[in-house]
Amino acid sequence: METVIDVQHLTKIFDGNPAVADVSFSVTRGEVVGFLGPNGAGKTTTIGMLLGVVSPTSGAIRVLDRPMPRFRREVLARVNFSSPYVSLPNNLSVRENLTVFSHLYHVTDPPRRIRELAALFGIEPYLDRITRALSSGEVARVNLAKAFLNDPEILFLDEPTAALDPDAADQVRTQLRRMQRERRLTIFCTSHNMLEVERLATRVIFVHRGRILADGPPRDIVAARGKASLEEFFVSLARETSDGAAS
Amino acid sequence: MSARRIGALLLRHLYVWRRHWPAWTDLFYWPLLDLMVFGFLATYLARSQNTPMFLGLLLGALILWDLFFRIQQGISVSFLQEMWTRNLLNLFVSPLAMTEFLAAMMLFGLIKIAITATMMAAVAWGLYEFDFFTLGPALWPLAVGVIVFGWAVGTVVTAILLRFGPSAETLAWSLAFLFQPFGAVFYPLSVFPEWLRPALGLLPLTHVFEAMRAVLGGGGLDAGRIAWIFVLDAVYLVGAFAVFAVMFRGSMARGALLKAQD
Ligand SMILES: Nc1ncnc2c1ncn2[C@@H]1O[C@H](COP(=O)(O)OP(=O)(O)O)[C@@H](O)[C@H]1O
Ligand SMILES: [Mg+2]
Repeated sequence: METVIDVQHLTKIFDGNPAVADVSFSVTRGEVVGFLGPNGAGKTTTIGMLLGVVSPTSGAIRVLDRPMPRFRREVLARVNFSSPYVSLPNNLSVRENLTVFSHLYHVTDPPRRIRELAALFGIEPYLDRITRALSSGEVARVNLAKAFLNDPEILFLDEPTAALDPDAADQVRTQLRRMQRERRLTIFCTSHNMLEVERLATRVIFVHRGRILADGPPRDIVAARGKASLEEFFVSLARETSDGAAS
Repeated sequence: MSARRIGALLLRHLYVWRRHWPAWTDLFYWPLLDLMVFGFLATYLARSQNTPMFLGLLLGALILWDLFFRIQQGISVSFLQEMWTRNLLNLFVSPLAMTEFLAAMMLFGLIKIAITATMMAAVAWGLYEFDFFTLGPALWPLAVGVIVFGWAVGTVVTAILLRFGPSAETLAWSLAFLFQPFGAVFYPLSVFPEWLRPALGLLPLTHVFEAMRAVLGGGGLDAGRIAWIFVLDAVYLVGAFAVFAVMFRGSMARGALLKAQD
């Protein structure tokens, strides 16, 4: 099986504090990885390093067989990223935003690509609305459409449904699942929504304080600790490893 | 370098212009106000002192100063706009190269000042019968002199914004003005104390405005001075790119690109 992400002994230290501490894992094409962990576990920092926008303190990263961040531009043309903490310029219409990013990604025939994605994500009704006027559910879908413009081989998502109500979040997940099946897309997705991860991920990597505590299919890692659900697993693992936690 | 990606960033700003009229105030409103104040002041001085030179000196200096200041601000403000709209990370995770990003901002600044300068020259001619083009062929090297220095200062300001985030915003608005008192913009280098002059001679602006006064005073364009302006400009621009590269690498190390939003 083809490895698309390979991380060896990855460490990132901010002002003396390790945000990511000696993390190693690899991801094969078509996997949907839920990168789980409590706040401050190092999830966003790890995604930042995989995307080549944060430089590691030590360790090695290869994405699509290219070392990062050295070959970041070559890699970034073939992957994409979406997060509710990033937004498209809100003073442009949805269509204008998608047009600008089509050109940034050298998409052939942007109008056609935008029509396709608009149909796929159900955003046609507001293509010509100003981005500022959209609801957060609508924005999330537009962000996803942006993330699919270049037909990425790997999609990085940082808490993709964090700003959404359950219904909107469910729609986004449904769309992601469909795209993933149709294109053998690899998804690397951080979340602390356990339900989301149970529904989406084929594999869970659980991190805490920058270290990997568990790695495997969701059902297996839950069963290995004798827990009923991922949620229970999460809570038990997060508490157990906290300093001074009451037993 | 991809012309298409540079074009994409220009397109983004043109879209804003198309629908967002306040974006036009930078192009027309402020320069026009400056022109009125200085134009009428110069007209008044010229009449009461009977020195018609005033008009040319003030308006010529004002227009060249505006080129410098607006191109610097154009660059820094388009970067700030990406920060304000929380779009930076989208750009950084795209295949956009930083050289393309800087090129786009420089080009956009150039488009902006071309519009502003045309408007100012037309108004100066209409209102005060000051023909900016009496500077003749000297105009172009002098304009290049201020524009390239404006690019350099704009690039440094952008690098600082990248490193320190939106908290450094004030700098984007104020750094250029530091050069106004010291750049010999509205008065000659000879008004400065002697010991200060060699240091001020290291600013391309000083030579641009000295050359402008020489030309308006009926003297020719000193080729040596123009060459010196271009040398200084080149040094500052290369220095600015180096500062940007260092700051960019620093932001990657400090995780600032992830946080550049808030
Ligand atoms: N740019 C930064 N500078 C300093 N510390 C940071 C920076 N980014 C993250 N951190 C710290 O690193 C740790 C991991 O953060 P992060 O990766 O954002 O966690 P998560 O996404 O899992 O919530 C936290 O303690 C956070 O405070
Ligand atoms: Mg995070």
